[in-house]
Amino acid sequence: MRVLDSLSSKPVVRYVIYSFSVIFFFALILIPPILGIVLKWNTMGQIFGEPSLMSRATAAIYASFAIAIFVSIIDIVAGLPTAWLITRGRSKWLNVLDTFVDVPFIIPTVALGYSLLLFWSGPEGISSLFGGSLVSPGWLLIILLHFAFSYPVVVRVMVGALLDYKREYEQAARTLGAAPLTADRTVTLSILKPSLIASFTLAFARSISETGATIMVAGAFENGPILINNLKTEQQLGYEGALVFVSFILIAISLAIFAAIRLAGPRLKMPIKKVWPMAERKLSSSGVTNLRNGGTLLVFFVIILIPSLFVALPAVRAVSNGTLNEAVMGVGIWGGYWQSLILSYSLGAVATLLNVIVGLPMAVLIARRRLGKMFSGILDVLVNVPLIVPSIALGVSLSIFWENFAFIPEIGLLIFAHVSITYPYFVRSMTAAIERVNIDLESASRTLGGQPFTVFRTIILPLTKYSVFAGAIMVFTRSISETGATLAVTTQLQTAPVLLVDWVKGKVPVTPLEIGLACGILVVLSFIILLISRLIVRGR
Amino acid sequence: MPEVRLVNITKKFDSIVANDNVSLQIHDREYFSIVGPSGCGKTTLLRLIAGLVQPDEGEIYINNRLVNFVPPEDRGIGYVFQEYALFPHMSVWDNVTYGPRVKDWEKKDKEKIGREMLEMVKLYDRSDALPSRLSGGMMQRVGLARALAAGAKLLLLDEPLGALDAKIRFELRYEIRKFAKDLELTAVHVTHDQAEAMAISDRIAVMRKGKVLQVGTPEELYMKPQHLFVAYFIGESNFLQGFVSKVNEKESIVELRGGFSVRTLDKVRKKGERVVIVIRPQVLKVEKGQKKRINSFFGQVERLRFEGTNIRYEVRLENEDVLTAVYPSLSAEWLDVGEKVTISFPAEKSFVFEYPEKGLREELALE
Repeated sequence: MRVLDSLSSKPVVRYVIYSFSVIFFFALILIPPILGIVLKWNTMGQIFGEPSLMSRATAAIYASFAIAIFVSIIDIVAGLPTAWLITRGRSKWLNVLDTFVDVPFIIPTVALGYSLLLFWSGPEGISSLFGGSLVSPGWLLIILLHFAFSYPVVVRVMVGALLDYKREYEQAARTLGAAPLTADRTVTLSILKPSLIASFTLAFARSISETGATIMVAGAFENGPILINNLKTEQQLGYEGALVFVSFILIAISLAIFAAIRLAGPRLKMPIKKVWPMAERKLSSSGVTNLRNGGTLLVFFVIILIPSLFVALPAVRAVSNGTLNEAVMGVGIWGGYWQSLILSYSLGAVATLLNVIVGLPMAVLIARRRLGKMFSGILDVLVNVPLIVPSIALGVSLSIFWENFAFIPEIGLLIFAHVSITYPYFVRSMTAAIERVNIDLESASRTLGGQPFTVFRTIILPLTKYSVFAGAIMVFTRSISETGATLAVTTQLQTAPVLLVDWVKGKVPVTPLEIGLACGILVVLSFIILLISRLIVRGR
Repeated sequence: MPEVRLVNITKKFDSIVANDNVSLQIHDREYFSIVGPSGCGKTTLLRLIAGLVQPDEGEIYINNRLVNFVPPEDRGIGYVFQEYALFPHMSVWDNVTYGPRVKDWEKKDKEKIGREMLEMVKLYDRSDALPSRLSGGMMQRVGLARALAAGAKLLLLDEPLGALDAKIRFELRYEIRKFAKDLELTAVHVTHDQAEAMAISDRIAVMRKGKVLQVGTPEELYMKPQHLFVAYFIGESNFLQGFVSKVNEKESIVELRGGFSVRTLDKVRKKGERVVIVIRPQVLKVEKGQKKRINSFFGQVERLRFEGTNIRYEVRLENEDVLTAVYPSLSAEWLDVGEKVTISFPAEKSFVFEYPEKGLREELALE
């Protein structure tokens, strides 16, 4: 440690570390997922000669964005009142609600997808009440699915924002004569606008990217990621051009939307000039508020929580009828299942470790503007790119790029893809955490004789260790859930979610009970990880 | 017209009692201050009046109307926050006219009051500025204009000067009082700064640990403190401990340690009772050498502090008690450290209190 401490006071050492993290970011995370597409630019012409393929592609791309925008809007509409209830309500049961909101986020997305499929379309789900399938696989089920997994993101972001918000603004508005709803609308929401925009962006990105579970619930419907996956398996004439075309358009439009939100967001004016005192006063009444809270809870339980946990039903049945024994013994299909599980978790661990190593210096660099305000600002925007780019398109581009380096094995590609996709999660949460540490504390440590690494080790790390931990958990769970890029870069290796998609799509002869159990195991493992992480965080 | 009455108010936050059975009456058009150390419950009391928190017990009346269940927006109040709470996304003008806007006033009236209030606080020319472009003093002026523009006749001020520099604080406190008087408002001003409260209030309530100890005019509190803590918190004081040794119809004699005795005009304490004598530093007379006076002690100047306006002597008495005396530094003959002196005070200028149950230190503790 002492050696590291004294080394860190040499500017050269610091710049080597910072440069390494910047070079790593550009060379492995940012450039390949975008450059790959550009390398195959010339193949794109193929699709223009195939009108049927072209119309399929445009329909799929349109579907992707229409669904993502729609889902993000209803996320805000449903998520904001939930966040409000959690932060402002007085009941202690709200702690329970607060925990359960994370459920769809923690369950690996494919398990969530299967659970929703069973709930909405399966013979034993809600459909049994109505006779026949209530929601058959297709676009509506995709919307329900995307709503379920992006809702926790919105709630989480808005709960955080509401907790940080100085309530004095709202109280000032009330003492000036504003009804609660008027105060919320003209003051609180306006001040929280950046968080609203951030949560919208995150929900949008999640929806645009998700692949595995979407394939499960889509039926014959195609959006961008599904089309890419289908093209890859069908391998019909001109497919490569179509692949490049769809990936390119998805990436380009996503980045354009992100840039537009980024640029126009701060200028977006909330409608606060007009006030309707009587109407808003009526809408602030306790009756309306109770109605709203009731509706919020109803939506959460009926559309989010119960469908998400529905997979427990076949899983429990599989435990009692002996399927579990077969699974534990690794009989038949289960051998492959365990292998895929091991691959998934090792991959998650490697991706997490790499992210921590290269992400920490990057976070310091951005939070403390170590390379100048401008460059750090640019990096701050660029680290979001892998988050915005649809993951399967990122995978397609990545695999095209690395094709030129034949010596890289498939597992290498898989690691690159997962590190790339999870990178923003860790860096973003760490950047925010470091920004919250008062810079005076660092100065104090320096004036007391601390060398740069000593300061990092004794001040920043202890104060942000829970964010390091939370960021790592986020990277890990995201990696376990990842399907899009994984499908795109692999030909032989199968991670657990990819294997489950194959099972659900009937590529392997399995029974629903077996799928249920396989999902159940994945869910239980995820809950154990969540539980351990919560215990550790509580331990502070 | 606004008159505020609190009846047996109790407010708890979990196990902490913020207000313990408080009753208060604030008259119409009065400038009323609530002072006390941090955590004494004074801000909670103000927030109760505003309706930002609800009492656990007791009643709050504004203009003889029970307002316990009336939301803040319907109480007809203006509230000024310590950290201003100006809406960061609105200009000065939009901040000040927020009240009229949410109350749906006529455009004409809204513009008129906005202009009047901003002119009153001399910030009309900064109407278009965002709050972040203003200095602390300006922000609080806007905060004040905003609270007044909503048409309130009851102005609640929560440490309005607490975040400002000393000079600005000094100027603004007189301005606030002037606005309140010009507009014929009732003002309730919460502060931990007793000098500020003394300078601008018609009456003051001194609070400690959730209870109101004494309510009175600044003169009453200073000249006739009815509680040891009030004597300590309002102005400055010396405390001497002793026992009453003699009482008659005119006076009583208190025996201090080391065989010293003091004459006081107190007629309430009984013989043998343990008491605390309170003497303001300004009434102590310090003279060179050993002189025979009523209520005089011999001692030695132990420490001298020059504070600009005043000079402060700490004199160690022969019985080891220490007294502090304050003299205007321009008028006094200066004494040196180590000088032998006689220190004395007139009998009528001391207060005698019963020795507190939990001890003197605990009684005067600020936290």
